[in-house]
Amino acid sequence: MDNSQSTGTFRVKSGMAQMLKGGVIMDVVNAEQARIAEEAGAVAVMALERVPADIRSQGGVARMSDPEMIGGIQEAVSIPVMAKARIGHFVEAQVLEALEVDYIDESEVLTPADEAHHIDKAAFEVPFVCGATNLGEALRRIGEGAAMIRSKGEAGTGNVVEAVRHMRDIVGGIRKLGVLDHEELMTEAKNLQAPYELVRWVAENGRLPVVLFTAGGIATPADAALMMQLGADGVFVGSGIFKSGDPVSRAAAIVKATTHFKDPKAVAEASRGLGEAMVGREMGDLSEGEKLAARGW
Amino acid sequence: MAGSRADNGERRVTARRSDREEGPKRIGVLALQGDVREHVEILRRLGVEAVEVRSVEDLSGLAGLIVPGGESTTIGKIMVESGLLDGIRSFFYKGGPVWGTCAGMVLAASATTGERQPLLGLMNALVERNGFGRQVHSFEKDLEIEGFEKPFTGVFIRAPFFEDVGPGVEVIGKVGDRIVAAKGENILVTAFHPELTDDARFHEYFLREVCGL
Repeated sequence: MDNSQSTGTFRVKSGMAQMLKGGVIMDVVNAEQARIAEEAGAVAVMALERVPADIRSQGGVARMSDPEMIGGIQEAVSIPVMAKARIGHFVEAQVLEALEVDYIDESEVLTPADEAHHIDKAAFEVPFVCGATNLGEALRRIGEGAAMIRSKGEAGTGNVVEAVRHMRDIVGGIRKLGVLDHEELMTEAKNLQAPYELVRWVAENGRLPVVLFTAGGIATPADAALMMQLGADGVFVGSGIFKSGDPVSRAAAIVKATTHFKDPKAVAEASRGLGEAMVGREMGDLSEGEKLAARGW
Repeated sequence: MAGSRADNGERRVTARRSDREEGPKRIGVLALQGDVREHVEILRRLGVEAVEVRSVEDLSGLAGLIVPGGESTTIGKIMVESGLLDGIRSFFYKGGPVWGTCAGMVLAASATTGERQPLLGLMNALVERNGFGRQVHSFEKDLEIEGFEKPFTGVFIRAPFFEDVGPGVEVIGKVGDRIVAAKGENILVTAFHPELTDDARFHEYFLREVCGL
């Protein structure tokens, strides 16, 4: 390596996420699904063993995917390939970095490996995306080195209500910081349990210092457009595509609705004749232990 | 060149004067997917009117078009569906100035070494997508650019390079023997992302050398 080149800088890591804006990142469990996603216009795929809906129904400990399967997906597509590590499982992250995945998702969808600590993400050359339910959580993850944030939502439910709650909390929190003066910002940093310097940066710039995607329960083109209008830079779709009646059409339709999220006619056109959406879950039917968004802090 | 970076006031005056003489100068940024806002912000800082281009109609009256970074397969697919693939070709062949960064450089090429994908084919060049490898190999590097007095920091993200170029293409930047910046009659391409830096020299270069503003 030429020593005048610097790899793994924060600009290179967060810049990678800038290139994904306005796009859809799809969960896939094999090379065939990855090709369908790429063909539909996905900006990246997330390689995992089981989509969240199956993790929910089958139970057990959910872990990092088999390197063999990740390699097969990397071979199959030219778009970026992301993969998930368990919260706090920095060795899974080291393995994923060695496999040269393009982004690591330190994800609450997998069973946490550490209940008190998240991964020290700044120590890696590969960038990380992390979930957040509110502004304080987002800023804590950025403080640890996350180069991209996604609202958590409630994965594997096909129900967008939690994604909306988390996105409104993050975006509303950012708006609120904009009207506070300096003394109030320190108090707000205390309330948010977030690093003061980041709180101040957000107050001055009116946005997060990294790209903000949304995830967890997006199942229809209208869901995707809703999240974009609420302020998301892009969309993760998990179970919503490959647990639906017609994944090929639904994948392309969600891409179209994400591109043209401000144009109701285009969203209407994208929503036509897609067959059955995935069967959703009502939040009230989930026990506290089933709620994935509560994992991590 | 030397004075224009430091003095924003002077540049704004220049922009206003050209408004009076030839009507407003609008630069479009293709806004289907990718890092659109970063380009728009730099253009506005330079006192240029920047508009987001989502349909063929948005191309009319533009003094130049930037095709930003993003996923070239995604942008290519949406360009085909929206008619912008032909729209941008037509804009270009009537003399419209175009600048492609990263994914935009891939799309500007006439051929790719990899799988077939929609290309605009504005430049006589063979492109290697993700030529520098996966994200862990993405890097920053100070580059010597033809016509620039001081080095420019190139931010390369899963970046492409031109393996070869044909007649009419002037190479203005390289990493080793890989072509990462090139220029034609009314086109500029960069494999890296000037829009991710605070350095506006490449945007000024595009406006001055390619758009003639």
